[in-house]
Order: sequence, then structure tokens, then C-alpha cells
Amino acid sequence: MAFEPGKIYAVWLREVKRFTNSKARIVSSLGQPILFLVALGGGLSAMLPGFNYLAFILPGIMAMTVMFTSIFSGVSIIWDREFGFLKEMLAAPTSRETIVLGRILGGATTAVFQGTVMFILGMLFTGVPIPPLMGIIGIFVLMTIFSCYLVAAGIAIASVVQEVETFQLLMNFLVMPLFFLSSALFPINQMPSWLQDISGLNPVSYAVDGMRGMLIGTSTFTIAYDFGVSLAVLLVAFLAASYFFNKTSI
Amino acid sequence: MLAGNNAQMITTSHLTKRFDKLAAVDNLNLNIEEGEVFGLLGPNGAGKTTTINLLITLLKPTSGTATVNGIDVVKNPAQVRKNIGVVFQEPSVDDLLSGKENLEMHAMLYSMPGELRRKRVEEVLELVELTDRKDDWVKTYSGGMRRRLELARGLMHHPKVLFLDEPTLGLDPQTRQHIWKYIARLAKEENMTVVLTTHYMEEADLLCSRIGIMDRGKIVALGTPKKLKHEVGGDVVIIRQDGFDRSCLKGLKLVKKVKVEGDEVFLTVEHAHENLQRLLAAVGKVKSVEVREASLNDVFLKYTGRKYREEEEGAEGGWAERTMHAESQRD
Repeated sequence: MAFEPGKIYAVWLREVKRFTNSKARIVSSLGQPILFLVALGGGLSAMLPGFNYLAFILPGIMAMTVMFTSIFSGVSIIWDREFGFLKEMLAAPTSRETIVLGRILGGATTAVFQGTVMFILGMLFTGVPIPPLMGIIGIFVLMTIFSCYLVAAGIAIASVVQEVETFQLLMNFLVMPLFFLSSALFPINQMPSWLQDISGLNPVSYAVDGMRGMLIGTSTFTIAYDFGVSLAVLLVAFLAASYFFNKTSI
Repeated sequence: MLAGNNAQMITTSHLTKRFDKLAAVDNLNLNIEEGEVFGLLGPNGAGKTTTINLLITLLKPTSGTATVNGIDVVKNPAQVRKNIGVVFQEPSVDDLLSGKENLEMHAMLYSMPGELRRKRVEEVLELVELTDRKDDWVKTYSGGMRRRLELARGLMHHPKVLFLDEPTLGLDPQTRQHIWKYIARLAKEENMTVVLTTHYMEEADLLCSRIGIMDRGKIVALGTPKKLKHEVGGDVVIIRQDGFDRSCLKGLKLVKKVKVEGDEVFLTVEHAHENLQRLLAAVGKVKSVEVREASLNDVFLKYTGRKYREEEEGAEGGWAERTMHAESQRD
């Protein structure tokens, strides 16, 4: 595997340009998380006096934003295949790893950008105090790792599945369970034990837990543990993405 | 164009690609010289696109070998890719980028340095007359404009060989002529070897210095358009007559070949225009008569024994056919 920074940049740039060229995509991908934050956060907060639920789910909603955009970005290789653009990439003198890496970084850039917008909105409207600089940096790093492994997972899945018809199905049956069966909306230690088990196996829980720890100071696991799990998942997802994308054909 | 001592740009030796039991490309031996505009002509399913995909390293051969510019396509695909430009049969530009952005991205994937890249983008845009639309989204381009953009992109990095897979499929006649003009011009100006596939006889006849007629994975005839047409042995006279009897042509040496299909009789005749009177005198009363100068169509008929039916191939249809193609390639 040759390291090709110029070409990684090219693939990254395409992802970012597609994103900035499409205002509709930017707006629509923020709509749902804002709705969740306002409706769910606002509604439940009123029912739970003495507990700032809004602050509790803010990291969960940030994770949700990142998840949607990241997985969408990875899985959109299916569309590239359908509309022919994948051929342009596969016929270029560019290694498959370069394409995978460029896409991961590009997808993560757009996703983390949106996560950041949610973060700023949260700071403005949920009454969560702004965390210290180290915390903010930590949140960004974890959000980036989280996003990268989701894009990679999306690429791996899209390389195997290949049918456009399954795109929506994938989004629904992957993103929704990953989100709801995690610690994004509920504290893990107050869940029924069967849900705790599932949630413990769900990597999303650790990313949310770490972000929550650094944002509002409450977490189930140690921050280091959350980082460790997330990095391990990233490694596995990247290897899977490279492996399956290498095997993909036109 | 056809200097015999030019270097070989493409060679294939016993090149074979099987999908399950079907041999899409069957023991193909082919040499294409530097500077040629070579056409692979044949109906859909003949194996043209598979041949291209083997040469551009998107598919691996089941057996046999091929080289492009002396480089083995199996052993060194990355090096082959640097030497070639491809215009795919199905559209492959990014709709959500502008024309210029598509070209720039391509240049970066081919490691073109910034200065050269900017200059070349303007150059190829100029060549395909898209300069004034370069900043618009490709989404807003017409089919012909997209095709031109893809041509421009294929040329960006000065490839040694440009592969064009059905460059005018699904385009209206006027746009097709436009694209032909560009291909003819760039073959001359950019001095590159061009390999194109087509199922339009007219296209192959007009553009190519040499043609290989492909049927069921094999090349069944090879040569210049002129030579191939000459081999048919003359013009074709088609008469419609009930109860045609071959014996009436006895002694008429100018008739080279007779083929009957229903009430249609295909006669291969030398200098048909001059000899029509004599021919009709011998045949007697006919319902209709048509004289067709030898075309590649006849060449196809001669070598495959089948009629070349463009209309069945959905030549004008485009979309449905393209989708089917995409699906069949996925396996």
C-alpha cells in the first residue's frame, strides 16, 4: 500500500465539495437532531424535575448527527456504483486504500462539522456550561474517531451489499438500532439488564459515554476506556472497509 | 495511419474471460499499433465491453495475457492505468460537481501537478467546447455535454491509449455527429491510439482506421473498413419476389452470392448499378428492388451468418439497456 497524500486529498475534496455544493443536505441532516433535542429533550426535561435531561442527551444528539452523516457518506458508495462514478475511481492509478482513506476523512469532515453545529446549538440553548479547552479538544477527537469508524463501516457494508434498493433498509435497520440501543438517550445503569447487555455490545455507547463525560462530567466508564474501545473499533472497521472495498468490482 | 512498422500499443494473447460457463471473451489474439484508431464492432453481448474492461484492468482475465504499451495488465495494473484514458459506456461523471471540478479531481487522481493541471483543464474544456459551462453543475448538462465532458476527462492526463466504450450510445443523431467530430480531431491533434467499441456500423466506418468485427467473444473479421467491404465481393441487391428460383441466375457470373430470407433475396453483385438491367432481365418480375452499396453491415452478415439488427439492440433506447448492462456486469 503506497501512501498517496495528493490523491487522498482529491477524494477528500470531492466528499467535502459534494457536501458544500448541496445546501439541502446540510439543512436536512440537522433537522432531525434538532427536532429530537427540542421535542424529546424539552418534553422529558419537564417530566424529570431536578434532572437536566436536555444536558444529558446533548452528547447523544451530537452522536446521532454524526452517525447519520457518517454512515450515509460511507454507504453512498452504492450510489457511486449506480451512477457510474465508482468506475472513474477504480480505473484511476490509485490504490484502493487511498480511496477508502480519502472517503473516510471526507465523510468524517462533513459529519464532525455537523456534530459541531449541534454542539454550538447545545451550548447556546441547553444551559450546559462550556467545558474546559481540554474537554472540547477531547470531544472533537472522540467525535472524529467515532465518525471515521462509522464511515468505514458504511464503506464495508456498501462494498458487500451493492444494491441500491437496500440503501434505505440499511439506513433504517442499522442507524436506528445503533442509536436507540445505546446510551445516547438513557443512562446505561438505569436500563433493564437485557438492554444494558445490548447497549454494552454497541460501540456507539462508548463514544456517547466518553463525549458525555467530557461535556457534563457524568460517564459510566472511564474516558480512557471509551477512547480505547472506540480506537479498537476504528481499526477493525478500517481493515474491514479496505478488505471488502478491495474485493469490490464494477 | 497504418504504417506496418509502428510499435505495438496493445497486444492480447489467448485472452479469455469466462462468466460461469459463458466465454464473454474467447481466446482473443489481437494487436493494435501505436497511432491507430481501432474499432471493435459488434452487437451487444459480443464481448466488446468485457474486452475493454480486461484491457483497462477493471476485470481479471480467466486465462491468457494482454499488454498495454508493453505493460502486462495482470502483473502491473497500476502502471497500465497511468497509460490509459477511459470513457465508459455508462455515464461516470459526478453530477454534484461542476464540469471543472470533475476534471480537476481526475487530474489529482492521476498525480498531475497544480500548474499543469490548471492549464490542461482549460485546454481540454476548450477542445470539447465546454469552457462557458465549466462552473455549472454537471446535473444541468445535456446528455451530449456530459459525453463531451467525459471525453475531455479521458484526455486530461495525456494517455497513450484512449478507450471509448460506445461513445455515442443513446445520443441523438446530431449530437453523435458532434462527438464523432471531436474524436476524429483529438485522434489527430493529440496523436494518441484510440480503441473504441460500437455497434453503429456507420460510426466504425467513419472513424476507424482498422476494425475488428466481434461476435460471441471472438474476432471474426479484421481489417480496414475498405478491405472488409471489399471482401464482401460487391454491392448487395435485395429483391422481393414470390417463388424465387435460383436457376434463373445460372450463367450470370456477376452474381457472387445468393441468400434467401422469406420473400427477400440478397444478391451480392459486382458493380450493381451498371448491371441492374441484366440482373432484372434474368430474374423476371419482382415486387421491389433495392441496391445497397457494400457496407459493414454486409460484412457482419457475411462473417456471422446473421443479420445485424440495430433496432433490436435498443440503439436509440439507451437507459433500459444501460441498466441491464450494469446488472450483467455486476456478477
